[in-house]
Amino acid sequence: MSLSILIILPLITAIALLLCNGLRQVRVVALSGAVVQLIYAFILLVAYWQQRAAGDQALMLFEEDYVWFTPLNIHYHIGADGISIAMILLTAFVTIAGILVSWSMEKLNKEFFFLLTLLSMGAYGFFISLDLFTLFFFLEVAVIPKFLLIGIWGSGRKEYSAMKLALMLMGGSALVFVALAGIYFNTQTVAGEHTFDLLQIAQLHIPVEVQKIFFPFAFVGFGVFTALFPFHTWVPDGHSSAPTAASMFLAGISMKLGGYGCLRVATLLMPEAAQAYSWIIIMLATIAIIYGAFATMMQTDLKYINAYSSVSHCGFVLLGIGMLTKTAIMGAVMQMVSHGLMTALFFAAIGMLYDRTHTRQVAQLGGLLKVMPFIATVFVIAGLCSLGLPGLSGFVAEVTVFMGAWQNAEALYRIATILACASIVVTAVYILRAMGKVIMGPLQVTDSGSSLGNTLTDAGWNEKAAAAILIIGILAIGIAPFWLTELIKQ
Amino acid sequence: MLIDFIILMKQELIITVIIFILLLLKIGTDISNEKILNLANGLLLLNLAAGFVGNQQGMLFNEMFLTNPLIVLEKNILSLGTLIVSLQSADWLKKHDHVPEFYILLLCTLLGMFFMISAGNLLMFYIGLELSSIPLAAMANFDLGKRRSSEAAMKFIMSSAFASGLLLFGISLVYGATGTLTFSEMAGHITGGSLQVFAFVLLLSGFAFKISVVPFHLWTADVYEGAPVAVTSWLSVISKGSVLFAFVSVLYTVFKPMAATWYNMLFVLSVLTILIGNLFAIRQNNIKRFLAFSSIAQIGFILVGITGSSQLATASVVYFVLIYVFSNLAAFGVVALVSAVTGREQVSDYKGFYKTNPVLSWVLTIALFSLAGVPPTAGFFGKFFLLMSGAGKGNYVLITIAALNMIISFYYYLRIVKAIFMDANEQPIERLIIPAYAKLAMVICIVGIIVTGLAGYVYDYIHSLSFGF
Repeated sequence: MSLSILIILPLITAIALLLCNGLRQVRVVALSGAVVQLIYAFILLVAYWQQRAAGDQALMLFEEDYVWFTPLNIHYHIGADGISIAMILLTAFVTIAGILVSWSMEKLNKEFFFLLTLLSMGAYGFFISLDLFTLFFFLEVAVIPKFLLIGIWGSGRKEYSAMKLALMLMGGSALVFVALAGIYFNTQTVAGEHTFDLLQIAQLHIPVEVQKIFFPFAFVGFGVFTALFPFHTWVPDGHSSAPTAASMFLAGISMKLGGYGCLRVATLLMPEAAQAYSWIIIMLATIAIIYGAFATMMQTDLKYINAYSSVSHCGFVLLGIGMLTKTAIMGAVMQMVSHGLMTALFFAAIGMLYDRTHTRQVAQLGGLLKVMPFIATVFVIAGLCSLGLPGLSGFVAEVTVFMGAWQNAEALYRIATILACASIVVTAVYILRAMGKVIMGPLQVTDSGSSLGNTLTDAGWNEKAAAAILIIGILAIGIAPFWLTELIKQ
Repeated sequence: MLIDFIILMKQELIITVIIFILLLLKIGTDISNEKILNLANGLLLLNLAAGFVGNQQGMLFNEMFLTNPLIVLEKNILSLGTLIVSLQSADWLKKHDHVPEFYILLLCTLLGMFFMISAGNLLMFYIGLELSSIPLAAMANFDLGKRRSSEAAMKFIMSSAFASGLLLFGISLVYGATGTLTFSEMAGHITGGSLQVFAFVLLLSGFAFKISVVPFHLWTADVYEGAPVAVTSWLSVISKGSVLFAFVSVLYTVFKPMAATWYNMLFVLSVLTILIGNLFAIRQNNIKRFLAFSSIAQIGFILVGITGSSQLATASVVYFVLIYVFSNLAAFGVVALVSAVTGREQVSDYKGFYKTNPVLSWVLTIALFSLAGVPPTAGFFGKFFLLMSGAGKGNYVLITIAALNMIISFYYYLRIVKAIFMDANEQPIERLIIPAYAKLAMVICIVGIIVTGLAGYVYDYIHSLSFGF
C-alpha cells in the first residue's frame, strides 16, 4: 500500500485534464480520476483494518520516508492513522460529489476541473503528512486554487470574497509558519539535528515555556482555516460567492484542514500549552457556536445560512479539541467528517436550487417539494443532519463531543458545554424555518416570473449521484457509527 | 602559471573574448541584426556551458582575485540570467540599430560583476562594481528616441555615482582603520571600534543603494519605469543578484567580528525594506514600477535571510537569487513581449488578458505565484529557507513581521492575477504571437520555477558549497 499514490492520482488527473479538449472529455477525465481516488481510499481503509486486525500496533501505518532537503533535515514523510484515513475518505467523497455537481460547467471548464483536482491533491497531501514541512507545503497548495475558483466562477462580490479568503488563509499559514520555525529550532534529535518530523517531535518534548509562545501561533494559524472566532469572517463571504463545487470543497474539506492541524500540530505536539490555554479555546469556541447560530437566524440567503451555521458547527470541532479529553477529541474528529459530508450536501442542494430558480433568497422561494421532490428531499436530509437528528451523522458527532466535554468537571467547562448544547435549539429554529418556507406552502419562485413554475425540473442523474454518495456517507456514520469510532480510537 | 590563470579565470576570459568578437564584427562587417542575435545567444549559451566545466579553487594576483566552487556557481547563475535576458530581448533588439553595442555593454557589466564577486581585495571589488554599473547607465538610455529612457539613465548614473562615493569613502576609512585592503588580512584587524563602525555604515549604505534597500531605494522605480524592459529586468535580477553575492561574502568574511553590530542594522533595514516595498507596490499602476517595488520587498526578505549568518543563510540567499532569476525574468518576459508589441504597460491593460492570451497568462501567473511564494513553485521554498535561516538566530519578532508581510505581498500579486483572470475589459491586449527565442526563455524559466523547488538536490548542492559562521 503506497500512500504516495493518493497524491499522484490527482496529479495525473490534473495533467490529463490539461491535455483534454471540450467539456465532454474534461468531465469524463475528472470524474474517472475522482472515482479512482474513491476506490483507492476504500482500498486503503480495508488495508488499514487488515493490518490492525493482524495486530500491527504502530502509531502510523503505510509510512514512507524520503529525505527531501538534507541541510534542514526536511523529509517527505507520509503515513496514516485512523484519523487520516477518515479524512481521506471524506475528501474522496466530497471530491466526487463536487465534480458531479459541476457536470455542466460551461465557462472555462478545463481550468475549473483542473483547480478542483489540485485542491483535492492538497487536501490528501495535508492529511497524510507526517513531516511539518510537507504538511505546510500541502496546506498552502490548497489555498490559491480557492482564490481562482471563487474569483473566476463565483457570483456576487466574488473578487472581494476571493481576495478576503486568500489573504486571511495566507495570514493563517503565516502564523503557522512562525510556529513551525519555533518548534523546529527547539527540537534536538539524538543525532543533534533539528527536525520537522511529527512523530519525533511528539516524543522529544518541547520545553513548556517554548510551547507557551508558539502554541497560540499554531492554534490561531490553523484556527483561521476552521473559522475560529474572531477569524471567521472569510467564511460567509467566501462560501456565498463561491461556485457550488468550490463551496462544497471549502466547507467540506478546507475548513477541516484547520481542525486537523489544530489537533495534530498544535495540541499533539504542545500538550502542556494546550492544557494551559484550553480555557481560551473553549471560550472562543463557545462564542463561535452561539454567535454562529444567532447570526444564522438573521440570514435570508440560503448560502449565508449554511455558511454561518458552518461557523457554529466548526465551533464544536474546536470545543472538542479544547476539552482535551479522549472522547471529546474523538467527537471533534467525527464532527469534522460529519460536517464535511453534511455541509457539502447542503451546498450541493442549494446549488441545484439556484441553478433552476436563480435565487437563493428564502423569502422568494416556496413549495418546491411539488416540482422538485428529489432536490427538496436532499435539502431536508441535509437540514435535519445539520440540526442533529438521530440516525444521521450530525447527532452522533455532537453527542460524542458533549459527552467528552461533560467529563471535564470545572465550572467554566460545564457552562461552555451547557451553552453549546443550548445552541442546538437555535439551530433547529433556523433550519426548520428555512426549510418550511422553501419546501412547503404554495409554489413560489418570485424572481423568475410565475410562468417558470412549470418548467422547473428535478435533479439530473449527475446531481442524484452526487447527493446519493454524500447521503450514503451521512447514513453510514449516523446509523452505524462504531466503524468510525473504531477507526479514530486507534 | 598561465594554465592556472586560464583555468581560474575561465568565465571572465570567455566573456572578454565574446566582447571582442562582437566589437570586431561591428567594426569590420556589415552583418544583419538577425545573425548577430543568433551569434550572441549561441556564444552566451557556450559561456554558460563552459561555466560548468572544471571547478577549481584558488587565487591570483596576490589575492586580488579568488575563486571557489561557490563563486563559480554564482557566476553560472548570472550567466544563466544573462542568457535568458538576451533571449527575451531578441524581439526588441531586432529592430534596433545598435545591437552589437547593446551586447558589448551588457557583457561589460557582466564582466564587472564577475570581478566583483571574485574580488579578494576592496579595490578589486570597487573596480568590478564600477565596471558593472557605468555601462548600465548607457543601457538604460537604449530606447534612444524616448525622453523617459534618458531620464532613467541620468537618474541611474547620479544615484550610482553617489553610492560609489559612499563606498569609496567607506573603503578609505576601512583602510585607515585596518591598514590593509585584502579581505583575508582585514578580518583580523576588525575590532568593532567606532571608526570601523562608521566605515561599515558607509560601506553598507553603498551596498544598500545598489540593491535598493529602504531608505536608499528612491531611484529604483523611476529608473525601472523609464529604461527598456530588457534593461529593467537585467537591473532588477542580475545586477542586484551580483551585488548580493558580493555583499554576503564581504559581510561574512571581512566583518565577521562585528556580527553583533550589523545584525541589528540589518534587522532594522530588512523590516523597513519589506514594509515600504510592500506598501508602495500596492499603489502602483505601471507594471514595471510595480515590479520595481515588489523587487524591493523581495530584497527585504533576502536581508532577513542574510541576518542568519550561517551556512544555511548563504545557501538560502544564493538559492533564492537563482529562483528569483527564474521567476522575475519570467514575469519580465511577458511584460517585455506585451510592451514590445503593443506598448502597453499599465496594470489595467492586463484586464481580460486570459481571454486573449491564455499561455502568456499562465506564465505570468506562475511567475507571480513564485514571487509571492505559493507552492509548488520554487518561490515557496526560497522564501521558506530564507525565513528559516533568519529564525535560526532566535529572533522570532523579525520572522513574524516578515511572515505577516507575506500577506501584503500576496495582496498585490493577486491583484494582477485578478486583473488577468477575473476583470472584464473592453479592449484587451490582442492575441500575441510568441517569438521563438522568447518562447525558449519562458520554457527555461517555467521549468526552473517548478524544478528548482521540488528537486531538493539543487538546494543540497548549493548548501554543500556554502560557508557561514
